[in-house]
This record gives sequence, structure tokens and C-alpha cells, in this order.
Amino acid sequence: MSIEPILFYIFSTILVIASATVVTVRNPVYAALCLVLAFFTCAAIWLMLEAEFLALVLILVYVGAVMVLFLFVIMMLDINLTRSKEGFIKYLPAGGFVALLIFIEMCVVLGPENFGIEVTGEPLKHAADYSNTKELGVTLYTEYVYPFEIAGALLLLAIVAAIALTMRRRPDSKYQDPAKQVAVRRDDRVRIVKMATEKKQ
Amino acid sequence: MIELSDFLILGIFLNRKNIIIILMAIELMLLAVNMNFVAFSHYLGNIDGQIFVFFILTVAAAEAAIGLAILILLFRTKRTINVDRLDSLKH
Repeated sequence: MSIEPILFYIFSTILVIASATVVTVRNPVYAALCLVLAFFTCAAIWLMLEAEFLALVLILVYVGAVMVLFLFVIMMLDINLTRSKEGFIKYLPAGGFVALLIFIEMCVVLGPENFGIEVTGEPLKHAADYSNTKELGVTLYTEYVYPFEIAGALLLLAIVAAIALTMRRRPDSKYQDPAKQVAVRRDDRVRIVKMATEKKQ
Repeated sequence: MIELSDFLILGIFLNRKNIIIILMAIELMLLAVNMNFVAFSHYLGNIDGQIFVFFILTVAAAEAAIGLAILILLFRTKRTINVDRLDSLKH
């Protein structure tokens, strides 16, 4: 038995446990950290599926940026942890039923009789000098160049929207207004007073 | 090998009152979708699935940023992120 299935089962077990912890754990900080673990194991599985570029992007973008954003937001808001567990039992029957249903559906649809190794065939193993990044780049910049630009515009829009939503001007903060500073005249600041000279004491 | 990677979807149903965890569950579901795309892309020998994962990652990042911004706004005005108490648009 080769090492690949063993690795796959180790990683997928960690992934499933980590993602189940994300939805069940009480503290949001622990949930975020479990999500980081899930992303890491997912990236490992993608590496085994020869999607190296996407695995690295997942770690860099998600763990590096999005999850740090999540952690910052969690720490900015002070959340009442004691009451956040209510309702879990109340929603568990309906939610568990739907989840079980979807799981069974997935097993039926994606089971070995439809997508087993005899049906899909052995996937082609690429040689050691195969570059997933190059392949992805060639397709991305030729066939998908317009969607790529739209994605860039979407990210820009997201930046602007996030900043516009959260920016606020504090009324008590002091700041300079350069327009007023430039427009000031001498008469606004200096007053010349004529008065008689006083006798020396 | 394909079939095992699909049941990360149980996220949002089991959820409770915290919007942050709902957002994380959305991220998990997107991750499950991405996993399927990568697996099919590998087994069918077609790179287009990975391109799609690329775009999903982009949209998910934008969604997370805007969602968290809205969350901060909500917390500032209502002092809570409890889903049950966020039932009105007017302050």
C-alpha cells in the first residue's frame, strides 16, 4: 500500500473534525483557529491533487488575510459568550436532518458506482517538471481574461465598500483644514490698536 | 477518493446566534465547493475547474470583507450580533 491513501485519510479526518469543531465550539476565537486548521489540511489535500498554485493561494489569501480579518473583528467586538450557546439544541433536529439528507444525497450521487476509479479512469500523473502555475496562468490570461478583469474590479469594489462602510469621523478629534489655513487673511489674525503712550513708572 | 471530500456542508444549519460563526460556516461551504472543483478538475484532466476555484476565492474574499464591515456597523449601532435581535432595518 502506498503512502498516498494513508496521507489522504489522515488529512481528510483532520479536515472533517476541524470543520465540525468550527460549527460546534462555543468560543468564536477557537472557531476561527479551527477554520485555519481546516484551510491548512484542505491545502494539503489540494497539493496531493496536483493543484499546487491554488493550495498556496489558499494558505496565503485565506489563512494570511481573511482569517486574520476574522480574528481582528472577533477581538474588536466584545461578545457575550455565555448566551451564544442557546438555540443550538433547538435547531439541532432540523439542522441535523438537513445535513444528514445532504450527506446521503452526496454519497448516492458521488458514490463509487458513478465516480469510482473504473468509471473515471486513472488520473494522469504529470511529470516532475509540470508547472501547475504556468498551466493555470496560460488558461487564465487567454480564455478567461475578461472574467479575470471583472474579478479584479470586484476586489477593488470590495475594498472601497468595506472602507466606506466602516469609516467614521469622530466629532471630538482635532484635525487641520488646509483650505481654511490657506484662505486666512492678515486682518483675521492681527489687530492693530492705537493708544496713547503711558507714563513711565 | 472523490466522494469523501463533500460533507463539509453541515455548517449553517447547526448554527446558533452568532453572525461571525455563520460567516465562517459560509467560508466552510465555499471550501467544500472548491474541494469538489479541484477534485473533479484533477480526475477529469481539465484545468477549467481550477480557474473556477480561483474566481470563487476572489468572490469569497470580497464577501468576507464586506460581511465583516457590515457586522462592525451592526455592532456599533445595536451593540449586539445576536441573530435573533437583528430583525429590523431601522435603528
